[in-house]
Amino acid sequence: MLLAFAITAGMMFACGVYLMLRRSMVRLIIGLLLISYSVNLIIFSMDDPNTRGAPIIDSVEESAMSDPLPQALILTAIVISFGVLAFTLALGYRATQVAGTDNIDTLQSTDRGT
Amino acid sequence: MQILLVLPLILPLLIGCSALIRFRNIRQTVALICLFLNMLVCLLLLVETHLYGVQVVQSGGVIAPYGISLVVDSLTGVMLAISGIIGFAVGIFSAATIAANHQRFAYYPLFGFLMMGINFAFITGDLFTLYVAFEVMLMASFVLLTVGGERSQIEGGLKYVTLNLISSTIFLIAAGLTYAVAGTLNMAHLAAIMAEQPSPGIGTVLAALFLIAFGIKAAMFPLFFWLPASYHTPPIAVTALFGGLLTKVGIYSMWRVLVMIFPQELAYLQPLILVLAALTMIIGVLGAVAQTEFRRLLSFHIISQIGYLLMAIGLLTVDSMTGAVFFMVHVILAKTALFFVSGLAYELEGTYKLKKLGGLSKRAPGLALLFLFAAFSLAGFPPFSGFWGKLLLIRSGLEIGQYVIVAIALAVSLLTTYSMLKIWTEVFWKPLPKQDTELASPHKRLSPLMLAPVGVLVGLIIAIGVFAEPMYQLSEAAAVGVISPVSYIEAVLLPGTGE
Repeated sequence: MLLAFAITAGMMFACGVYLMLRRSMVRLIIGLLLISYSVNLIIFSMDDPNTRGAPIIDSVEESAMSDPLPQALILTAIVISFGVLAFTLALGYRATQVAGTDNIDTLQSTDRGT
Repeated sequence: MQILLVLPLILPLLIGCSALIRFRNIRQTVALICLFLNMLVCLLLLVETHLYGVQVVQSGGVIAPYGISLVVDSLTGVMLAISGIIGFAVGIFSAATIAANHQRFAYYPLFGFLMMGINFAFITGDLFTLYVAFEVMLMASFVLLTVGGERSQIEGGLKYVTLNLISSTIFLIAAGLTYAVAGTLNMAHLAAIMAEQPSPGIGTVLAALFLIAFGIKAAMFPLFFWLPASYHTPPIAVTALFGGLLTKVGIYSMWRVLVMIFPQELAYLQPLILVLAALTMIIGVLGAVAQTEFRRLLSFHIISQIGYLLMAIGLLTVDSMTGAVFFMVHVILAKTALFFVSGLAYELEGTYKLKKLGGLSKRAPGLALLFLFAAFSLAGFPPFSGFWGKLLLIRSGLEIGQYVIVAIALAVSLLTTYSMLKIWTEVFWKPLPKQDTELASPHKRLSPLMLAPVGVLVGLIIAIGVFAEPMYQLSEAAAVGVISPVSYIEAVLLPGTGE
């Protein structure tokens, strides 16, 4: 189970990095998104995925309880990444409008010190 | 006085909430009042921690390590106080320089959220909450950077956003793995656990992950490229605030997390950090020397100064950390003051290009003097604040025999002087180039509101330089508190002893 989590998270991260290295703005944003999802998976697997009892006292044995904290962390991270994604999409849209292209390689004027 | 610890979060949040008010003037008044109160509270907190030790609030009354602790120790006190001062100074400066069309887009509320994120990052005693604080800070800074929507802003913003999001992602992974290893996210608890049962293998990996995550935020070599690409694009008051505080939050987090929680694992990374510190200094200052635009030149200097702050982590003695805290306070003041000066030069002559600027020593001798003091301080001349910070850092380097980094630090100081001299001769000394006189507004004068923040910051630089002893004691207390965090751990985990 843990191995499956690890492989999936790794694959998603790799895909995210690959997409981010492309030239298109949309791919960049999707890449960022995939990476943030894969991190959620990594945090999810912090708890032993075999113990899936609800963490309520007296309803399950203590050894079978899952740790609620990683899930709380993921929830926060999901909300944050949702907000960030909304902003990034707006920024990407604005960038394609201002620059007239979604090719990131053409956005270089601030690097060169015009 | 537990309410005091929460006020640095609530007051900036109030500024943020003032976005609901329709009238710009009222928003501005609310913001300035709150920023002023925030500065007072932060200074009060510094005094209180210095007199009575570490102050703790367990939010919601949940006992540590289960809840989220808000902790103010000496280091946090110093950082809060300096950020409060800078916040108020930038607030006043914004009132004088930010154009009305920028203010229309809720400039001050965003400013408030940014200050809240910064204060939150300083004050939190919980690793995951530090991540949340970073996100609050980042979101506000994303918007402040890109509001206005000029092409250069969008381009710079895109790089800034992407790299900072990657940094947050790495931070999140590291925080998650830390929880898996130690079973807690409370910093005091973590520090206690890692000290008792060091885990050299995974601990070093975690320390490296944190180093990369905070290194991107702090603009460490080779992760700094977002900074010179974006910092010169927004209005100058925003640049001054970013340049003064944001990268320093990254360095603060390194001190708090790497030095306090992972000191034993850090030992393995120290040679690497020293090399990175040296490269950060050199590349930063060489980049600055090559620039011909006022703001870009200063942006590269931010990177070069970050090298000095990293050097302290590489040396990791009480002396070096004392020097670094001192240097941190100095560099925040000097950097913000220099960005202010560049903004005022723009107000007078309508350009940031060094070639087209000129003649300001005659036209605005007061401004020239302020620049000279700030620049001398940045270069490390006595009796300004920069001298003491560098002296302490270099002395601690000599004491433990790291001669190479000391030599590099001194050489970089010389180059810093050179690039400051370049600004001096181009902007202040040489006459205004003839062909560009139509750009300049010859009758424009600087209002007292514009000069006052610069004057106060430069006054502080001189005051810290001349009366270095109190500042030294504060820095030493902060350094000791981070390197051997016994009082921090006791105050958080054993309630009653720390009050």
